Amino acid sequence: MSDQPIVEMTGIVKDFTGVRALDGVDFTLRPGEIHAVMGENGAGKSTLIKVLTGVHGPDAGRILLDGAPVRFAGPGAAQAAGISTVYQEVNLAENLSVAENLLAGREPRLGPFINFRAVRRRARALLDDLGIDLNVAAPLSSYSIAMQQLVAIARAVNIDAKVLILDEPTSSLDRDEVAVLLGVMRRLAAEGVALVFISHFLEQVYEICDRMTVLRNGKLIGSWDTADLPENALIGHMLGREAATLEQIERVAAAHQVADEAPLLEAEGLGRKGAVAPYDLTVRRGEVVGLAGLLGSGRTETVRLIAGADRPDSGELRFDGSKVGGHNPRTATARGIAFCPENRKTEGLVADLTVAENMILAMQASRGWARQVSPGQRAELVSAFIDKLGIRPADPDLPVRNLSGGNQQKVLLARWMLIEPKLLILDEPTRGIDVGAKADIQRLVAELSADGMAVLFVSAELDEVTRLSDRIAVLRDREMIAMLETEAEMTAEHIVDAIVAGGRRD
Amino acid sequence: MTEAPAKARSANPYLKRLMWPLAVLAVLVAANVAVTGIDFLVPGVQDGRLNGAFVNILRRSAPLLIIALGMTLVIAIKGIDLSVGAVYAIGAAVACQWIEGRDESALGTVLAAVGLALAVAALIGAWNGTMVARFGIQPIVATLILMIAGRGIAQLITGGQIPNVGDASPFVELGRGAILTVPVPIWIAAAVLVALAVLTRRTALGLLLESVGGNPEASRLAGIRARGITVLVYLVCGLCAGLAGVIGAANLGSADANNGGLWIELDAILAVVIGGTALLGGRFFLLGTTIGVAIIGTLEVTIINVGLSSQWQFTAKAIVVLVVALLQSPQFRAWIARPFKRRTAAPEEAVAE
Amino acid sequence: MSAHQLTERPARTALLDGLGRYIPIGATIALLAAMYLGGLASYDNFDNPQLVPDLFIGNAGLLIIAVGMTFVILSGGIDLSVGSVAAFSTMACAWLTVEAGVSGPLAMVLVLVLGTLSGTATGAVIHYFDVQPFIATLVGLFLYRGLTLQISSSDVSMRDVEFFGWGMERTEFGNVREGGFSLPNLSFLAFAIVIAAFIVLHYTRFGRGVYAVGGNEQSALLMGLPVARTKIGVYAISGFCAALAGVVSAFYTKSADPLRGVGLELDAIAAVVIGGTLLTGGAGFVLGTVAGVMVMGMLSTIIAFQGNLNSWWARIVVGVLLLAFILLQRVLARTGEKRST
Repeated sequence: MSDQPIVEMTGIVKDFTGVRALDGVDFTLRPGEIHAVMGENGAGKSTLIKVLTGVHGPDAGRILLDGAPVRFAGPGAAQAAGISTVYQEVNLAENLSVAENLLAGREPRLGPFINFRAVRRRARALLDDLGIDLNVAAPLSSYSIAMQQLVAIARAVNIDAKVLILDEPTSSLDRDEVAVLLGVMRRLAAEGVALVFISHFLEQVYEICDRMTVLRNGKLIGSWDTADLPENALIGHMLGREAATLEQIERVAAAHQVADEAPLLEAEGLGRKGAVAPYDLTVRRGEVVGLAGLLGSGRTETVRLIAGADRPDSGELRFDGSKVGGHNPRTATARGIAFCPENRKTEGLVADLTVAENMILAMQASRGWARQVSPGQRAELVSAFIDKLGIRPADPDLPVRNLSGGNQQKVLLARWMLIEPKLLILDEPTRGIDVGAKADIQRLVAELSADGMAVLFVSAELDEVTRLSDRIAVLRDREMIAMLETEAEMTAEHIVDAIVAGGRRD
Repeated sequence: MTEAPAKARSANPYLKRLMWPLAVLAVLVAANVAVTGIDFLVPGVQDGRLNGAFVNILRRSAPLLIIALGMTLVIAIKGIDLSVGAVYAIGAAVACQWIEGRDESALGTVLAAVGLALAVAALIGAWNGTMVARFGIQPIVATLILMIAGRGIAQLITGGQIPNVGDASPFVELGRGAILTVPVPIWIAAAVLVALAVLTRRTALGLLLESVGGNPEASRLAGIRARGITVLVYLVCGLCAGLAGVIGAANLGSADANNGGLWIELDAILAVVIGGTALLGGRFFLLGTTIGVAIIGTLEVTIINVGLSSQWQFTAKAIVVLVVALLQSPQFRAWIARPFKRRTAAPEEAVAE
Repeated sequence: MSAHQLTERPARTALLDGLGRYIPIGATIALLAAMYLGGLASYDNFDNPQLVPDLFIGNAGLLIIAVGMTFVILSGGIDLSVGSVAAFSTMACAWLTVEAGVSGPLAMVLVLVLGTLSGTATGAVIHYFDVQPFIATLVGLFLYRGLTLQISSSDVSMRDVEFFGWGMERTEFGNVREGGFSLPNLSFLAFAIVIAAFIVLHYTRFGRGVYAVGGNEQSALLMGLPVARTKIGVYAISGFCAALAGVVSAFYTKSADPLRGVGLELDAIAAVVIGGTLLTGGAGFVLGTVAGVMVMGMLSTIIAFQGNLNSWWARIVVGVLLLAFILLQRVLARTGEKRST
């Protein structure tokens, strides 16, 4: 390993329409090292990678490649400079053959024409090298996603890469396939290639990486040699507390007396293949149940099954005393289950519509199009909730896209509070919003549960979960591994320990 | 328009979006008035009906307006309906063919003919909607089928002939008559406009359409029943196209399966886009579409009035389409806004992760 | 160095899935054969050896346009301007040779260059300004029809231009009276275009790029393929083909009709889809398009032979075929999705 960095990024800033995705991040990569970039959703990992590979141009900061400043016009230019990337979703042409995918854009030719015999030969050699045996003439779509992922990696390796970036490449691979991949990575590193590895599988990261860089909320937390960063310290850095946030938020969770109530929601063996292993979960009226775990642990998948957003393929769900069948978002709403999804922009809000229209949407949907919420009633409800939640600016006719993230989140909350649900599911409601709004939302959750509403609360921030929850379910690797029930157990340290222990179990 | 109080403007996003099309229409009308005098705009009364260049434009544009209004709703949910021209021809064919073999002066015959034409058109619309909502076929592909086959069906109905309806039939009043001096087609188009406005704005349908078009996944998670709404919207659009065909046939007293409503789908889409409704779905503007139709109608007359040959209308439309399409393109606006800056490679609209 | 060796053979269903892309084109060819055999069984004179070659005379222009359209549709786009561009090209040929006194070959070259440039411009608007192909090519549909009408609103004859006689000069294969047939030069022109298109699509980086872009444009971009060049290129090819079809039309009729080719874009799209190409892009073959054009030609021929059937049946049948092929593609796509989840 040489100490002369191949990539040196300093002070990288990247804004997306009002959201600062990267805030002065530094990142160095040395030849021959395997370097993990760690962080939760929204921490800025993907954005950092996309800036490095030329998908996005940075708004500030500079990138040195081999000591020379570079600015790529696109992924093609970055590839030409020796930086290639394998993304989590297989970004290949499924409709072309394996061989063509491996060599697309660099096929051996006879004059202007592709020499398909040579293409197949080179492709076969390339795969042999990695210990993969496929029919290279078959269309890529005839292979499993895992194989397609390995093909994508083989393609990236073939482009004489100085830097190889692997963004969650193992999420769809099984144990043997992972072993092959890690073997390939080690060999490439030994050959002097610098590798960036992004993965939410901590054991893989610890097995293979030399160094780690941790990001949180678009900021650099630090870079460490793997040996100097034990697992619980790493998790602490990733999920960690922000001092500024804590100072402004008083403790909100009051100890409710909920234990004697009959369960409102009972999930028994509920699961979905590839999303989350079967789990049991009960939620009582007036109770806040937190879901804690790292990115990719199955937090979101767990609540989506309960909300009817995805269809479970095993287990059963009982709600309010009756068995739930034919579950979808519409019937869920009718039963009194409200779901604020993780991604406000793509799954929550309709950006073009106004604050008032977005608020009224679920209520209106449950009434059907023929029975309009009258303008008078609507204005009354909307202004009541704007006041109650402190939405700013307090203009119901403003397009919701013009609001800040925190206020947008409050609009979404208002949408669901309007239908007075029995169970409110909040998936990372405080991600990427300002401290004030965060405190408001946490206080609101406490109030709602005090009034008897059941709340399922997903958050990547341990402090938030511990402060708000009456009980906490801990997830790891798409499996529910622990249920913390007592006040003494519900601390950030216990959660981290549970996650670490969950990894050692098998 | 500029005197409109600032408060009303900020309070109503719809009025704000109408400014541009209204301004274009005003310029076109002003150009005509400058060339042909104020008679262009101010109608006279002749034989108990309004007469004048602008009234004639509106009367002739009525079928286009009715179709464009239906198209507005389809485009609002990220769809498109290419089959409206063919449905126009089918509506006209059904009505005329029904009347031709019967007592054409009987009101009952005419009512049955119109009812039948509308029923067939609604059925076709529902078919399109089902293809889109149930089978998940792209709207442009699903409606292309009937765009191609529809005129054949219309010819099949008429047996390849052009059925005629005599001037004595009440049917032709639908195209040529006048009530309170205002031509019947204008009444019908106005009624459709009001009906659709009431249907979408006095119920929650408009909000749900805009929600489904603006963000289908968010709408699903909010519990909106998108499939039923989609079928309904295509049905309404088919109904509008059939009605437009009936009016067109009534005006001519005949149904030409080959040429009736030819290219009206393109004009309708154009009118919707000029009226401020984005092809990507979401917010829709029925009044904007109305102004768009008036612009297209006036444009054709203007070209002749300013002394160009009528062939120029295609070229003029091409320019309008290009300008509107480019103005709606964020990339184009960015490119125009900073011509001297180096253009970045990719549009950066993406959201972090 | 790797202890693990991974082997994966496509499962039986997956193997079928690999063959799945040949199902639509197989259906087209079966349909064509059925139509021909049905015709043989039902009508006298259907065995006339000139019958099949005739499909490539009247439909030569459509075939050329459909080949260009195949490129566009494979890349995931659509081109509505081709009918107008073809009509304009015929009219421009007439005007250049008859009115302006330009020599025939030069007029042809000018028209082809113009068509290509126009397609390039359209492609650039689509790619760089992210305007929907439907709308961007609508501009061409209106513009070139308008320009055609502005040159002349009535037919213009090119009978006196010697150059345009070349297209219909025939080559005989065997003795025409004893089972041989003949083809004019313009048919060979169409064949040449088909062969060139086949080679470009299957044996060049550009052609494979067209498939990759049509399969998933975002992926193609991330793979570092030249997406801009590919997308603009397909519209340039389509523009060239449309212009060439206009020239072929000049050869065929030796006259220019300002309203010719109205709706030709729809015929071309129908031929491409019936030929088994996926309307959403990424899958299909240019040889399928040839079969699609033959199906449409055969349909008209059968209707002509039947005598008591009317021409509108052709439209209805084309519509039904379109529906069948679109649903077939949808079913194939669905089974593909099921397997991969």
